[in-house]
Amino acid sequence: MRGRPMLYTRYETDQALMNTGTKKLMLALFLVFLILVPLGVIPGVDFLAQDEWLRLLSEVSIYGIAALGLNVLTGLAGQVSLGHAFFMGVGAYTAAWLGAAPGPFNGLGLPIWIWLPAAGIVAAVIGVAVGPTAVRVRGLYLAFVTLGLVFVGEYVFRNWTSLTGGAQTGRTFPPLEFRLWKEETPLIDFVSDGPWFGIELSGEAKTYYLLAVFAIVFVVLSKNLQRTRVGRAFQSIRDRDVAAEIMGVNEAKYKLIAFGISSFYAGIGGALLASFVGRMIPEQWNLFLSVEIIAIVLIGGAGVVTGTILGSVFVILLPRIVEDVTHGLAAIVVEGSGPIAWIGDLFISTGLDDFGFVNTQAGVAPGLSIPQFNQVLYGLLIILFLIFEPLGLYGIWLRIRNYWKGWPFTY
Amino acid sequence: MTPAAVVLAQEVTLGGNEFTEMLVEGLSLGTIYALLAVGFVIIFKATQVINFAHGAIAAMGGFLVASMATILDIPGRWLPDAPAWVSWVGSVVIALVAMALIGMMLERVFLRPMVGEELFAIAIVTLGLDIVIRNVVNDFIGQFPRPMGDPFALAIFDLGWVRIAHTEALQIAVALATVGAIALFFRSRMGIAMRATAFDQEAARAQGISVGKVFSISWAIGAVLATVAAIFISMFPRRPAGVDQQTAFFAFKAFPAIIIGGLDSIIGGIVGGLIVGLAESAASTYLAFEFLGTGFAGIVPYLLMLLVLLVRPYGLFGTEEIRRV
Repeated sequence: MRGRPMLYTRYETDQALMNTGTKKLMLALFLVFLILVPLGVIPGVDFLAQDEWLRLLSEVSIYGIAALGLNVLTGLAGQVSLGHAFFMGVGAYTAAWLGAAPGPFNGLGLPIWIWLPAAGIVAAVIGVAVGPTAVRVRGLYLAFVTLGLVFVGEYVFRNWTSLTGGAQTGRTFPPLEFRLWKEETPLIDFVSDGPWFGIELSGEAKTYYLLAVFAIVFVVLSKNLQRTRVGRAFQSIRDRDVAAEIMGVNEAKYKLIAFGISSFYAGIGGALLASFVGRMIPEQWNLFLSVEIIAIVLIGGAGVVTGTILGSVFVILLPRIVEDVTHGLAAIVVEGSGPIAWIGDLFISTGLDDFGFVNTQAGVAPGLSIPQFNQVLYGLLIILFLIFEPLGLYGIWLRIRNYWKGWPFTY
Repeated sequence: MTPAAVVLAQEVTLGGNEFTEMLVEGLSLGTIYALLAVGFVIIFKATQVINFAHGAIAAMGGFLVASMATILDIPGRWLPDAPAWVSWVGSVVIALVAMALIGMMLERVFLRPMVGEELFAIAIVTLGLDIVIRNVVNDFIGQFPRPMGDPFALAIFDLGWVRIAHTEALQIAVALATVGAIALFFRSRMGIAMRATAFDQEAARAQGISVGKVFSISWAIGAVLATVAAIFISMFPRRPAGVDQQTAFFAFKAFPAIIIGGLDSIIGGIVGGLIVGLAESAASTYLAFEFLGTGFAGIVPYLLMLLVLLVRPYGLFGTEEIRRV
């Protein structure tokens, strides 16, 4: 039966995570790539081994984990949520309470193997606790309930000063270190430079490895979730809730489970984000963070794990690329010769009176600053993807793949 | 200050009767929310679009009014002899017309292609629209608030126990006039077409109603009402400094009003707006306890919304969804 990729003779092969040899090979190559990236030995992408790029890649893992949670809720179970940032905040502050060293703010100094799972579990418990409201309302009302959650959560975070450090001040979070218990020196330190197995690695590289491993674990978990009884129940609720109920799927129960799982991911993601960034203010768990996560899921392709990963790579790296392009273009414009400079001048304002859409000196030249421009781009990309390619980046990939499948024939 | 002195100071600034002041404050706040909510509900009923960009559109309208009235000075620059209020009303009218056109354009460009898609997908499109508009408008507004340039300034008059700002009186009058105008509009030919479209798009189309035109008009109305609300947000009792980068978020508090009233009920929008306004003002008057921290009044609308949804998942006046298998 070899060479007939669509022919399945057993249910297990149909349900296998890797149903073709190509996928296995590609995955193996990808994993080798992930391992080699911080070593800077791959020609062409050796710049990724720089500390700032490794930090970006670590962020991709963190946002990816959080977005996988929303993907379970929105993509699989079909429930809208604008409240993801709230659950991320809950996870982060749980981590802070349990993991941070005792100081001006609450902290018990417990090791990571306690605070990280606890961050997920507490977020999941709160997710299930607000569930009864969420389960009663459906569709668009749910969007508003979760919107309310973000605002109420932000208020609580701002005012719970002993835990969160208070508005505009913030607090520090436990670092990414592995301790067995409260001993002085951590068993494994993921943040400071030093050799591992005889290879000299920067702290950024170690953080990257740790977060990549977490991301892989959560990718496998959510891939697996899709082919369990629970995962199928989610999809049946998404596709037609009444029909699902008639088939014996307990709608309320499974919606609660979806909320719980999604919040668990969000809690873990939030805890890792806070720990990675080191210091965060309560205002950062706001609606924009939720929108960023939604952007990841939708740009990647709702309901597809691969898409979510693609989406988080895209959404996290985009600002950096935009920044580079803008600065590069601005340099050409200032130099002021050639057609590129002429076209670039229309978009970039370099001086006080220069017209342009983006500027490189915020506050001086007119136009959007680069962070603002990035937000505008997120917004535009969400709109454009929903209008033109609802399956997201994954849909684009599917079309490319299907084109080459039939090549040189059109179908 | 001793607690007694604090109370005294409050009473002086509030002009005597705490309760009536709270009531007036709440009603005026409520009319703002109601204006936003009615625009939102009209858009939702006619086009089945949940417009998350409503706050951003309001901020855009407010900015337009501020620019027309102050920096651009249109039409004041051509009418040097006219009294201040004439040129201000002129600016407002021009800005409203511009916003109506912008509202139509937004619908045509970004939402017409989404007709027939899932409600959720459309809602997220407007969320994207909100980000784009809010960032661009905030960039135009800049760091400092833009004053409305209105001729009322800080004028106040006393009505029995109550001290009312001229702007508040205007606001309540405008809100009442708007409700009346909308009631009349729904009896007009276009209004009937809009009701028919809201009831059943396809059937309306089959009867020869231009559904596209209904969509455009409903967005124009929504944008105009949002702008009117933004003007009142940026005047004396609320934010006398003018339109700033927080105006779009202020308008976000109209969402609880919409949900409390029910997404698809105009009466619900009005009632919800008033409830939310009164609740917020009551909370800031009577619930200023230390342990509640800062900004509690700001989340009262959301808490109220969660409470109402627990009891009535479709809001107070919303129609219960009938589900097809």
